[in-house]
Amino acid sequence: MNYKIIARIVSQILGLEALFMLPSLFLALAEGRSRTALAFFASAGIVALVSLALFLLSRRGGKERQYFAREGMVSVALSWILMGLFGALPFFFSGEIPRYIDALFEIVSGFTTTGASVVPDVEALSRAVLYWRSFSHWLGGMGVLVFLLAIVPTANRSTGNTVHLLRAESPGPTVGKLAPRMRETAKILYLIYIALTALCFLFLLFGGMPVFDSLCTAFGTAGTGGFAVKNDSLAGYSPYLQTVTAVFMLLFGVNFTVYHLIFLKQLRPAFKNDELRLYLGLVAGSTALVAFNIRALYATAGETLRHAFFQVSSIMTTTGFSTADFDAWPVLSKVILVLLMCVGASAGSTGGGFKVARLILVFKTLRRNIRRTLHPQKVQVIRSGGQVISERSIENTSSYLAAYVFILLVSFLVLSFDASSTTTALTSVVACFNNIGPGLDGVGPACNYGAYSVLSKLTLILDMLAGRLEIFPILVLFSRSTWTK
Amino acid sequence: MKIILAGGGKLGATLIRQLTAEGGDVTLIDSDPAVLENVQEQYDVMTLCGNCAVRDTLVQAGIGEADLLIAVTGTDEVNLLSCLTAHGINPDLHTIARIRNPEYSGQIYEMRDIFPLSMSVNPDKQAAKEIERLLKYPGFLKLDTFAKGRVEIAELRIEEDSKLCGVTLGDLHGIIQCRVLVCAVLRQGEVMTPSGDFELREGDRIFVTAPTNVLSQLLSDLGILSRRARRVMICGGGRSSFYLAEQLLKSRMTVKIIEQDRARCEQLSELLPDAEIINADATNRLVLESEGLSGYDAVVSLTGMDELNIVISLYAHANSVPQIITKLGRVDDTRVLDQLSLGSVISPKELCCSGIVRYVRAIKNQTGAAAAVHFIADGKAEAIEFRVDKNALRHGVPLRDLRLKRGVLIACITHGSRTEIPDGSSVFSPGDTVVVVTNRNSTILTLNDIFE
Repeated sequence: MNYKIIARIVSQILGLEALFMLPSLFLALAEGRSRTALAFFASAGIVALVSLALFLLSRRGGKERQYFAREGMVSVALSWILMGLFGALPFFFSGEIPRYIDALFEIVSGFTTTGASVVPDVEALSRAVLYWRSFSHWLGGMGVLVFLLAIVPTANRSTGNTVHLLRAESPGPTVGKLAPRMRETAKILYLIYIALTALCFLFLLFGGMPVFDSLCTAFGTAGTGGFAVKNDSLAGYSPYLQTVTAVFMLLFGVNFTVYHLIFLKQLRPAFKNDELRLYLGLVAGSTALVAFNIRALYATAGETLRHAFFQVSSIMTTTGFSTADFDAWPVLSKVILVLLMCVGASAGSTGGGFKVARLILVFKTLRRNIRRTLHPQKVQVIRSGGQVISERSIENTSSYLAAYVFILLVSFLVLSFDASSTTTALTSVVACFNNIGPGLDGVGPACNYGAYSVLSKLTLILDMLAGRLEIFPILVLFSRSTWTK
Repeated sequence: MKIILAGGGKLGATLIRQLTAEGGDVTLIDSDPAVLENVQEQYDVMTLCGNCAVRDTLVQAGIGEADLLIAVTGTDEVNLLSCLTAHGINPDLHTIARIRNPEYSGQIYEMRDIFPLSMSVNPDKQAAKEIERLLKYPGFLKLDTFAKGRVEIAELRIEEDSKLCGVTLGDLHGIIQCRVLVCAVLRQGEVMTPSGDFELREGDRIFVTAPTNVLSQLLSDLGILSRRARRVMICGGGRSSFYLAEQLLKSRMTVKIIEQDRARCEQLSELLPDAEIINADATNRLVLESEGLSGYDAVVSLTGMDELNIVISLYAHANSVPQIITKLGRVDDTRVLDQLSLGSVISPKELCCSGIVRYVRAIKNQTGAAAAVHFIADGKAEAIEFRVDKNALRHGVPLRDLRLKRGVLIACITHGSRTEIPDGSSVFSPGDTVVVVTNRNSTILTLNDIFE
């Protein structure tokens, strides 16, 4: 294992984190909250110092630049864990979230774009803290290592195995490049991301949302995070703003390759895409069903449809904003929403969950295996969008499913020690593991995760990380063969 | 620079390593997903699975915006078709194809016009040429030619009983009467740019720049007395064996080829009436002995399998054959091979790669581009030939007053027909040819890149 290259990458990531704390520092100064300002100053200082120490450590001795899949996985997992541990400091130091475990839960929930909160009264938080919370969504959405690849030239000067970093951080069963060079690929992804975020911000601003709210909501939407700056999430905003947010959530849940293809004017391959079709189909179908199911609760058809669409879009893309308390909805709607939580967004988007692409693969494999029991000699390759899927990715997807279910069940068991109800325990795990945020019952849109014990919170923190990084990078950390020479 | 590479075999992989290191954006097309996955693990390139002669595949790989297509799949015809198809889509494209079939080699110039090829490469033929030159100068492990054949960089291994063992470079002129320059030393896998007080040790491989006409004297000064090979045994009857035998027969040497495949033997016998073709297994000791191995001046191991070549060469060494040449397809790290007595090691893909790299650099820099690029010291150093033009900085300044980058050395200057092995007082001026040796820490694209 090449510890030096890992130290180098982690040091660069922490350096970036320190840099990104500075806007909050200025916000706190502008607001005149000196304790919060001091908290951000101290946190940025500590992070910068640790980053510097790691950098110096990585410079000692020879300069081996080779790294392989193992180093890539470990770098990504460690970076994310450390980002969480240090990112929690401003919340803790400022006293706005008094307990460290709560602060950690909050920031991991931010970086993993979950949006599950432990704060009972969001409106009481300072703007600096609110900004840091929302910005963590934006950074975590596309991935901080991808950001590093896009901007830091030295991150790429190694012999070119940076694709492992992208693979470990980007969601989806198969991660492809958009350009021959990793740096170019990362740049393209971030350019699309920034452009869409800016567009979302402008649309919200034109709808009359205050600048700060627009910025935070745009960050939350782009990263498919879900931290809002109001206690009632988005329920208090105008129907126009809710619709804009719902549409943009949907857009950020689409595979970014589609946008790249559209930009290159290759419309046919962009839309000839199984995943995109199923994704949009699921949203449309679920919206219709939910709207039909909740028609009695709202006055007009338009309102019904808007609430149904917003909730479905928010849950399916794993954002977790809400305009209505869906915990009070009929059973059918709640079940549909929980199922959508597990499906998640498209591969290569900022959303979490199992991913529509994997679902397609699992179904196609299942169908093939059923046919194979009838015709044992049958040979059939699996295609998706006209491309033949390699047996290796099929195998990976199957083991991903196994790991997914296993983690879900174990976490469910741990949570049941102190959950108020079965529904609460189950939906807490589902909502955190799939990076959504609100669940049902005790953790519904109107409630929060503050009541859980430290053990439960730690479990949920690990679940959020495992969900965001797609399980394997986190599991790799616990594997002995990772750490042996 | 956008490069599309078709075929990810041995040559393809070497090219990827080289071209990405030089900053090219490479997209690899191959029909085998396993090859692509492997390459993707190792290098920063984009990959595409498909047939490189298919229009849609080429378009998807971005042939429209590409600068260069290099077709090195296993089949000549596919390479040609791929270049032709690609050129139809993008007329500004440069194309390089690998053409290996000896039957095409007679019409290669016509084919370059019919199929719009910027360049064609034939690794087997290049390897054969290289081997032929080595046979003409026994004693050197490798020879690279510069300045239209007037200057060579020769590789020598310092053996235990060598006169050079324990000698510092400053005292070299006491042993070698002619003017030569040691431009690089390879010691335990590390390449060094030596200075005057550098002491040579046993096992070092040194790279010496010398005018072509003093090579024989250099050998006799070093006490390596060997006569030119007259009788050559070639093990393996592949394409490079054919090219080599053809050349050797032209210079009236006696050639024996040992090949296992009966049909191939008949084919060779048809093509090379003057060569002696033996249908037998060259790895069999009895076969080699009964064919009188120890009576030959040179043995060339040219079978398709590296392992067999190594075994044959070791056996030849044990029978004290004076000159041994071994072809190896994969030489990633020669530190292990250095301990074996394989004689000269020839790697067709490395030879071919340097030709393509030179071409790529020439596209990148239309003016001031290198006239030749040779990778020496297992690819850890490179020797580049430049023509000095009017844009050259600091011409006319004595070398001792120049500040060159670390690890860069001027190995030779040719003024018209006069070749000079430079010292501190040498100067170069427009019209001259300069050979620069660098340890590859910095990429030298034009002559002006050598200055600090």
